[in-house]
Amino acid sequence: MSDAKSWPQEASAQANTDMPQSAVEVAIIGGGPSGLAAALELKRRGISNIVVLERENEAGGIPRHCGHPPFGVREFARVLTGPSYARRLVRAARGAGVTIRTAVTVVELRPGGELLITSQQGSELLQARRVIVATGVRETPRSARLISGARVLGALNTGALQSLVYLQNRKPFKRPVIVGTELVSFSAIMTCRHAGITPVAMIEAGAHVTARWPSSIFPRLVGLPLYLNTRLVSIKGTRRVQAVEVETPGHGRRLIECDGVVLTGGFTPEASLARMGHLAIDRGTGGPVVDQYGRCSDPVYFAAGNLLRPVETAGWSFQEGRRCGGWVAGDLAGDLADHARATQLTSSDPGIKYLMPQKLNLTAPPEGTKREGMKHVQLRFELRGKGVLTIHRGSDLVWQRSLHVAPERRILVPIKALLAPPSHPTDTPLEFRFKIE
Amino acid sequence: MENIPASRSGTPFDIAIIGAGIVGCAMARRFTLEGAKVVVIEKASDILDGASKANSAILHTGFDAPTGSLELSCIQGGYREYIDIHKQFGLPLEKSGAHVVAWSDEDEAALDGIVAQAHANNVEDVSLISAQQLRRCEPGLAESARAAITVPGEAIIDPWSAPYAYLRQSLLNGGEVYLDCEVTGVSFSAGMWELATSHGAVHCAQVINCAGLYGDLIDKAVLGTASFEIKPRKGQFVVFDKAAASLINSIILPVPTRRTKGVVVFRTVFGNLAVGPTAEDQEARADTATDQAALRTLIAAGIAKVPALETIPITAVYAGLRPATQFKDYQIAAQQQRNWITVGGIRSTGLSSALGIARHVFELYCDQAEVEGGGRKDGKDSATQPKPQINIQTNTRTNTQDQKCKHLALRDPQVPPVARLAESTTRDWRCAGHGSIVCHCELVSEREIKAALKGPLAARSLAGLKRQTRATMGRCQGFYCSARLAELTDGHFDVPLAPGAQQSAKDKGQ
Ligand SMILES: Cc1cc2nc3c(=O)[nH]c(=O)nc-3n(C[C@H](O)[C@H](O)[C@H](O)COP(=O)(O)OP(=O)(O)OC[C@H]3O[C@@H](n4cnc5c(N)ncnc54)[C@H](O)[C@@H]3O)c2cc1C
Ligand SMILES: Cc1cc2nc3c(=O)[nH]c(=O)nc-3n(C[C@H](O)[C@H](O)[C@H](O)COP(=O)(O)OP(=O)(O)OC[C@H]3O[C@@H](n4cnc5c(N)ncnc54)[C@H](O)[C@@H]3O)c2cc1C
Repeated sequence: MSDAKSWPQEASAQANTDMPQSAVEVAIIGGGPSGLAAALELKRRGISNIVVLERENEAGGIPRHCGHPPFGVREFARVLTGPSYARRLVRAARGAGVTIRTAVTVVELRPGGELLITSQQGSELLQARRVIVATGVRETPRSARLISGARVLGALNTGALQSLVYLQNRKPFKRPVIVGTELVSFSAIMTCRHAGITPVAMIEAGAHVTARWPSSIFPRLVGLPLYLNTRLVSIKGTRRVQAVEVETPGHGRRLIECDGVVLTGGFTPEASLARMGHLAIDRGTGGPVVDQYGRCSDPVYFAAGNLLRPVETAGWSFQEGRRCGGWVAGDLAGDLADHARATQLTSSDPGIKYLMPQKLNLTAPPEGTKREGMKHVQLRFELRGKGVLTIHRGSDLVWQRSLHVAPERRILVPIKALLAPPSHPTDTPLEFRFKIE
Repeated sequence: MENIPASRSGTPFDIAIIGAGIVGCAMARRFTLEGAKVVVIEKASDILDGASKANSAILHTGFDAPTGSLELSCIQGGYREYIDIHKQFGLPLEKSGAHVVAWSDEDEAALDGIVAQAHANNVEDVSLISAQQLRRCEPGLAESARAAITVPGEAIIDPWSAPYAYLRQSLLNGGEVYLDCEVTGVSFSAGMWELATSHGAVHCAQVINCAGLYGDLIDKAVLGTASFEIKPRKGQFVVFDKAAASLINSIILPVPTRRTKGVVVFRTVFGNLAVGPTAEDQEARADTATDQAALRTLIAAGIAKVPALETIPITAVYAGLRPATQFKDYQIAAQQQRNWITVGGIRSTGLSSALGIARHVFELYCDQAEVEGGGRKDGKDSATQPKPQINIQTNTRTNTQDQKCKHLALRDPQVPPVARLAESTTRDWRCAGHGSIVCHCELVSEREIKAALKGPLAARSLAGLKRQTRATMGRCQGFYCSARLAELTDGHFDVPLAPGAQQSAKDKGQ
């Protein structure tokens, strides 16, 4: 009668009280494009005692379940699908002698580079001289979007849909509504089509499609109704999704019958380790606060790839990972500019969604030397239009440019232009402002 | 589920309990321990699927319950028994204490009265503290906090593991449970009940109606009338990222209004911080939809009290329904001629009081037996009068009401193993052999998932799996683990998470 015998915890479970401990030169958390690229670069720089810790059973990161091209153009000079790109990356890393430990979850970051991790062997401690956190981004789930209605099966993010379809050959629904029009929203359509799922509508709260042409004409090409200025009000259903209620100003509310909802985009860095630990978090990006080397508030920790900010492509993240590997190698050799003497980049402008990095060592050496960090400050905007971006240090205008901005569009400001003469005080922040014209 | 055999062991049950909410689970445990042959009949395929699926998880001392009420006596009995048994079961108990915080003149004026009531309720350690003292205990609270009452005894527990443990103890010691089994009709003849269910008839000597949000409907169907009417009252909650848990140390209670205990800021034993509940009357007994406007109001209320919440992302939102009635007190009554006990209107304190309610009902049951034997004088329904405090002893060899009762209490009842989900326990991820982590946000292991899919209380829905393991209850809400969960739960759920392509092809063929 009882299930006591099948209950595993009691009999076999013993916490590791004397946790095994080991040490490495560099630990890399996350085996996605950026983590693997960092590992490859560290190896190339002759740093051999490194380990990549990956919590999934296979490394490769998000591309593992993006079953469509184009991936790998930058890295392998060919057009691959996500899964084959991921496999190639892993092969390249293993081929270079990188140790990748899969099914290993980092649970806690501790000051000074001590990591609490868990694997099939239970918990253990790993001490690293430097740690690169490369845990990527995910999409905002239904709960955090505060969507009203029944909390029923069938409302998923694109990432969950992709992994169900491409990793498991499953069909969570047959007629979903796609919410959002970012680039990934179009991946969601492709994923559905691959699985024989027929979306019934795509809705976008804004007046424009977020992604650029040619993605923006894709729905029309496949005959999918696209409703702009249309907000998802609530989800209806008892056990599974049965309909969504949407609202278009001027047209009121109406129901769209469907059996699923794909909540696309709304990317947010998977920064829980940093947030739960001691690293400072930037409210704009949602990732850790970093300087131009990707160095965090505890200078033993570095961040790379999409954890830095939402969101860039795999190729971009790979590139960032590789550079970060170089900076960490430089840091181990004592080559990076001083962490403590960094200047804050700030913005109180509500139109500016984020700045990354958030700190700059302005006395960093010029381009082309080995200590050079990121080349650009990356920005995103909440609004759409033409205007002027200005950067002030106190009352001094340091840089300005007129720009077209739009949500989720990448804007780059060359760091070179912000470097100050060494005499300049470093405690005056650089203030970013944007005025629409 | 296949049909119920006439009676599994040949003889009818002593007790049939309708409903496996918190109250039904505690009831099953008590009657099993007292030696009765018990069956629990639950219409959902996972237990705790009604009012008990969502609450604030606070183990109340009863400091603010109406003095002299049945509710107070059950809360205090339940509280003591939980404290007594939690170690033996490995159930969490976080004695964080609570502060009733005054934010306005009006609030402040009410504090003395609350202290007086607490003392009248024998919760002696409740006292007033100044704004400075409060600030020392709770530096994360907004400056506008005026003064407070400290209630050191209020605690937080796991709202699901506890009732699971109660029912598991019943099952381990001879009790039975029929899930996915709705009681649809009843008949009473020759001192025996026959319950018609969606899976066949169940025979028993005594019925205890613990049907929560449906308790009045069942009474009406059986007795022709119900002495109360359920008026569901929804409570919505917002759960903040675990990073918020360090912002407060205790449960932050508001000064209550006449209608509700108000919006509470509390930590959970799982390491979250939550704000809620709302109190919204509605007709529907199953509709737990959340509403954006209400959630935004809660978030604002949370930030007003704990300003640093502004920087913390939202992890989850949920809602529960209180089985409120037109009365303030519990509606517990025995129909002596009919061997029927109704346990209704366990509105907003059932998690705390369940063990106490179960003892109270066991007494009613014994009184009834006494009446049947011609013992009791008045012959009236033994209704809602509080009983004198019961001296609680676990593993007692005699019945609580020893001489009066026809059953023999179990000598050495077995204690079931309990899932270790609270932060204060040794979570499975710390232990060797856990398989791997499936739900990354809540660190739920493959071994934990597989365990929850086995046995008589095996999860048969995602909601049930969540309550037993916490899978998908964290920040990503299934972004990372949906595919693995779909794989691990294949064939286990009534409504599959995501059928395999072959499965859907088959569906199409039909
Ligand atoms: C749904 C979705 C679709 C996307 N589609 C595309 C696309 O089509 N094309 C494109 O170019 N980009 C796409 N992206 C962007 C994507 O983030 C990048 O392609 C790229 O994967 C970023 O690489 P990364 O290494 O920074 O992070 P990721 O690829 O996300 O890798 C992070 C890795 O860290 C691991 N990890 C996280 N936490 C821990 C921990 N605590 N312990 C151990 N390991 C951990 C994860 O398991 C994961 O493998 C998409 C992103 C999402 C979310
Ligand atoms: C928002 C909120 C916050 C709360 N906070 C707290 C708190 O902090 N502390 C505390 O102590 N309490 C709290 N509570 C109260 C507590 O949750 C309830 O008192 C308790 O859950 C009531 O349980 P129950 O067993 O009476 O009802 P239910 O949980 O509703 O159980 C009844 C069961 O009967 C089944 N059923 C119904 N009809 C039939 C039928 N015909 N056949 C078979 N089965 C049937 C149902 O499916 C259900 O499972 C809170 C409640 C809410 C809603």
